[in-house]
Order: sequence, then structure tokens, then C-alpha cells
Amino acid sequence: MDGLLPELEVIRKDFPILERQLAGGRALVYLDSANTSQKPQVVIDTMVDHLERHNANVAWAMHQLGAESSESFESARDRVASFVNAPSRDEIIFTKNASEALNLVANTLAWAQGDLKIGPGDEIVITEMEHHSNIVPWQLLAERSGATLRWFGLTDDGLLDQSNIDELINDRTKVVSLTWVSNMLGTINPVADIARRAHEVGALVVVDGSQAVPQMPVDVQEVGADLLAFTGHKVVGPTGIGVLWGRREILDQLPPFLGGGEMIETVAMERSTYAGVPHKFEAGTPPIVEAVGLGAAVDYLDHIGMDNIRRHEHAITAYALRGLATVPGLKVLGPLDPALRGGAISFELDGVHPHDVAQVLDARGVAVRAGHHCAKPAHARFGVQSSTRMSSYLYTTPAEVDAFIEALEYTRSYFKLD
Amino acid sequence: MSAENLDSLYQEIILDHYKNPLNKGLRDPFEAEVHHVNPTCGDEVTLRVHMEDTADGPIVSDVSYDSVGCSISQASTSVMTHLLIGKSLADAMEIHTSFQALMQSRGHVEPDEAVLEDAIAFAGVAKFPARVKCALLSWMAWKDATAQAVAEDSEGSQKETTHG
Ligand SMILES: Cc1ncc(COP(=O)(O)O)c(C=O)c1O
Repeated sequence: MDGLLPELEVIRKDFPILERQLAGGRALVYLDSANTSQKPQVVIDTMVDHLERHNANVAWAMHQLGAESSESFESARDRVASFVNAPSRDEIIFTKNASEALNLVANTLAWAQGDLKIGPGDEIVITEMEHHSNIVPWQLLAERSGATLRWFGLTDDGLLDQSNIDELINDRTKVVSLTWVSNMLGTINPVADIARRAHEVGALVVVDGSQAVPQMPVDVQEVGADLLAFTGHKVVGPTGIGVLWGRREILDQLPPFLGGGEMIETVAMERSTYAGVPHKFEAGTPPIVEAVGLGAAVDYLDHIGMDNIRRHEHAITAYALRGLATVPGLKVLGPLDPALRGGAISFELDGVHPHDVAQVLDARGVAVRAGHHCAKPAHARFGVQSSTRMSSYLYTTPAEVDAFIEALEYTRSYFKLD
Repeated sequence: MSAENLDSLYQEIILDHYKNPLNKGLRDPFEAEVHHVNPTCGDEVTLRVHMEDTADGPIVSDVSYDSVGCSISQASTSVMTHLLIGKSLADAMEIHTSFQALMQSRGHVEPDEAVLEDAIAFAGVAKFPARVKCALLSWMAWKDATAQAVAEDSEGSQKETTHG
């Protein structure tokens, strides 16, 4: 098969969990990577090594371990900056996850003064295919500021409906926030085009890169966004660490998010002054070992090559779509052309509820996700309450896709659909 | 999870109720209507209760519903209505308590067939923590609706006394 990673078997060996046997001695077929990715040994080892040999708090510890810990933590920032081609390492803010990164932006905008100030009459634009993490913070901002929330609809084949873009993005638009790759429909959005239109009216552009950064080469300077969020656990890194990249000019204008240690310049009882970016947005002891793990994770992906990973995902997704087309009564939600989508495929199987599909698949060792995938509005748009989702990653093999399709056939026979 | 376990979850009775649910549809009259959602998977039920007073105390005259969800939640709703309709409120509450205890037992409680009848088929569900919520969704909705109906009723009678 064209496009697969050449050393797939070697890559799989990097991920110890893929060797796991499940109940009944079944091999694990992990197809839930859009939910969270598995971790290579090097990430696990780097984190263990940090805890075993270098653990200390960062920034204030005046001793050797403190220096080592700070060095590892800040070096993770360097690697993340280079991974997304940020012009400056100071533009990389560590958060807890993508949700916190998006909330950081929406919250600080609620308090912003000057050019970034948002109020009644202003408009915030999102899309109907967003993850709840890129909907709710903007609803809150709209409520708190009196601004109006608007959104792009979707076409029947699951693409962004741009037919009313001129009306939607207008002089009142202050923020346009959209996902690069949909976690439910798989759709890849034309973020650079949308960013250009938004900038023409002077709006701020926020991109949810949670599904894009794991799957494709991301260059924040090329996207043309002002801010981009992603989450560590989907890029073979640990949970508990996320990233907000922002253009320095914007980050400097935004007020602090959380107050506390590390984010200050000086504190008196009456008032405080704040540290510069990125520390202004990193109150309290950060997730140190998680950041260190994330540094190792993006190094690992860099080493494999994001172009190669994108090609692999594309090949596997195309193969999975062909397989799914052979299952009677199965309907894929979202674009059917693999060139237009990422490696998450949601579908419905006539006569079996997603919950039950996932349960029967699990009995065959196949791990998928069932439910609304935190994208209820996108499900509602297509008149479905929930769906089953398979999602691949750099370690997914065609044989795993075969096992998945076979398990779907088994599900149909288990529920006596033939 | 192995295939035998799968069969312990998907008992024949459950699949039968899933394919041919009993008492489905919303009906009049009713004293209370509730809407419950399982936020993790989105299963939803709208449920109405109708109670009548008899010399021996209140009875559950009707439980009607409209719902979307997985086989476990749909079958559980069907079995529940079949069990509760026509029972005295006291008996219905006892069945409810017994079913909830079974679901929360993680498989360590022997179900009492005399009380639970068809609902003992759900004993296997207790071993699947992710599915317990599915099985309990409509039971919780019924309890909520019944509490509202009872509260309404006592408010109503209070009003009558003040008027009287
Ligand atoms: C598109 C998208 N945005 C945001 C998130 C939220 O990520 P996290 O839960 O790590 O904050 C996810 C992950 O579920 C996602 O897929």
C-alpha cells in the first residue's frame, strides 16, 4: 500500500502498549487515537528519568536539580516552538490541555481593554463542527461581554459551508475561532483562507489545532492564525499538558489569565505587575514532567517526519473508507474523499446503536469511541444523536483496519442483521 | 472482554425488549413529565407517570416514554415499564431500590427474581461500569417523575384544604 510509513513494524515496537493482550488473549487493535494517542517508550522513559534523577521545581530552585529541571522544562518549550515553527519560544504557553488554552483566550478577551475589547454589537464567529471546547468558552464570552455568537453551517457532505462568508465575517466580527481538523467529521478546514478573510475585517483568528497538530505538518506562520491551541496527549505526549501558541503582539495585549506564583514581576499588597510572556499566562507550578514528556513526544514525531505521518494517515484512512463501504447499512458521516479529511471516521450502522457497536468491537479487542465525541451540534446537524468513531495514527496497520471491518461484520451478525 | 461475557451482557431478553419495546410512546393523562440525559453518551428519555389513588394507597397506573439510546437503555426502559405499571407505589419503589442495588453491585449481588422478574437479565450489566448508567437512565427518570407527581399531589391537597 502506498504512503504507509516504511518502518511500521519498527515504529510499533516503540509503543509498548500495542503489545498488550486483552481479556481472552486478544490482541489490542487501538483505533481511538483521536481521543488520545498511545505513548512511545522514549516519552515514558524521559518522564521517568526526569522524576528519578532531575525532579525539582522550576524557576525558583537555586540548586543543581532546580537548574536541571528548569533546563528540561524550558527546553521542552524550545522543541514545541520549533515543532510548530513559532517565530519565538516565548510565544509558546503551556496549559493543562487544549480546552484550557481555548478558555485562556476566551477569558482574557472578556477582560481585555483597547483594541481587543469585546462588547455589545461585536460578533464572535465559530463553526457548527467545533468540539465543545471551542464552543462553550465562546458562548461564555458572548454572555459576559454582550457580544453575539455566530457560526458557519456545514454542507451535507460535511464541509464548512462558506456560501455566506461575506455576511458572516463582517466589520462587527472581532474573533473567528475554528477547528483545523474536525474530531467528528474528519473534515480539514481551509483555515488559511478563513484567516485571510477574518484579517481583512480586523478580526482575531483562533485555530483549534487539537486534531491537526498530531496528523499533519503545522507551521503557525503559514496558517496565518493569531492563536493556535493543541493538546499534548494527542501528539504521543502525556495528559495534563497543552499548548497555546499566540503572536507575541496579541499575547502582550491580553491581560493575565490566572494570578499566582510564576506569573508576576513584583507583588505588593496594593497591586502587582506581571511577568512577560509566556510566564504571564503560567501561574503556579507548571506541569513540569508533562512538559518534559511533551518535548520528547514532539521530538519523536519530528524524527518520523510529519509529512510521512500525514501520508500514512491518508493511506490508512483511504483504506478504512474502502473497507467501511463494504459493510451493509453503514453510513460514514463527513467527507468521503480521503484528501479532504483527517484520520477520524465517524459512522452509523443501521440497526445497532453506537454504544453497542463499541461494546461488541471491544469484545474483539477493537477499541473505538462511541457517543457524541464532544461535538453535539455537529451530530445534530446530521440528525444523529451519536456515532461510532474509529481513528488511526502513525502506528495503525492495514491489518488492524481489516480486523476492525471484520469486527463490524461480526457486530451485524451478533445483532442478527442479516 | 471475551465473547461469553458479551453474551452475559446481551441476554436474549434484553435484545428482545430492544427490538420490540413495550409501552413505548407518550400518553395522557399524566401528573409529571421529566427529561433525562446521559451526558457521556447522549442517551435521552422523556418519561411521564400517571398515578391513581386507591383505597390501598396510590398505584402506578401508567409509565409512558419516548427515548433514544443503546440496547441496554432501551431494553431497561421497556422492562421497567412492564414491571412497574399496575403496581402499588410502595411495591414499585421496592422494585426500584432492588434494581438500583443490583446495578451498583459490580456483579456481587444475587438478583431476587421474585422482585425483579425479567429485570434480572440486567445482572450482567453490573459488571460493565460504563453501561450501568445506560441501564439506570429511565429508572432514575421514573423516580424523579414520581417524586414530582407525589409533591404535586400533596401541594394540590394542601391547596384544597386552604380553599376548603
Ligand atoms: C478538536 C478538538 N478540540 C479540543 C479538544 C479538547 O482537548 P482536551 O480535552 O485535551 O482539552 C479535542 C479533544 O478531545 C478535540 O478533538
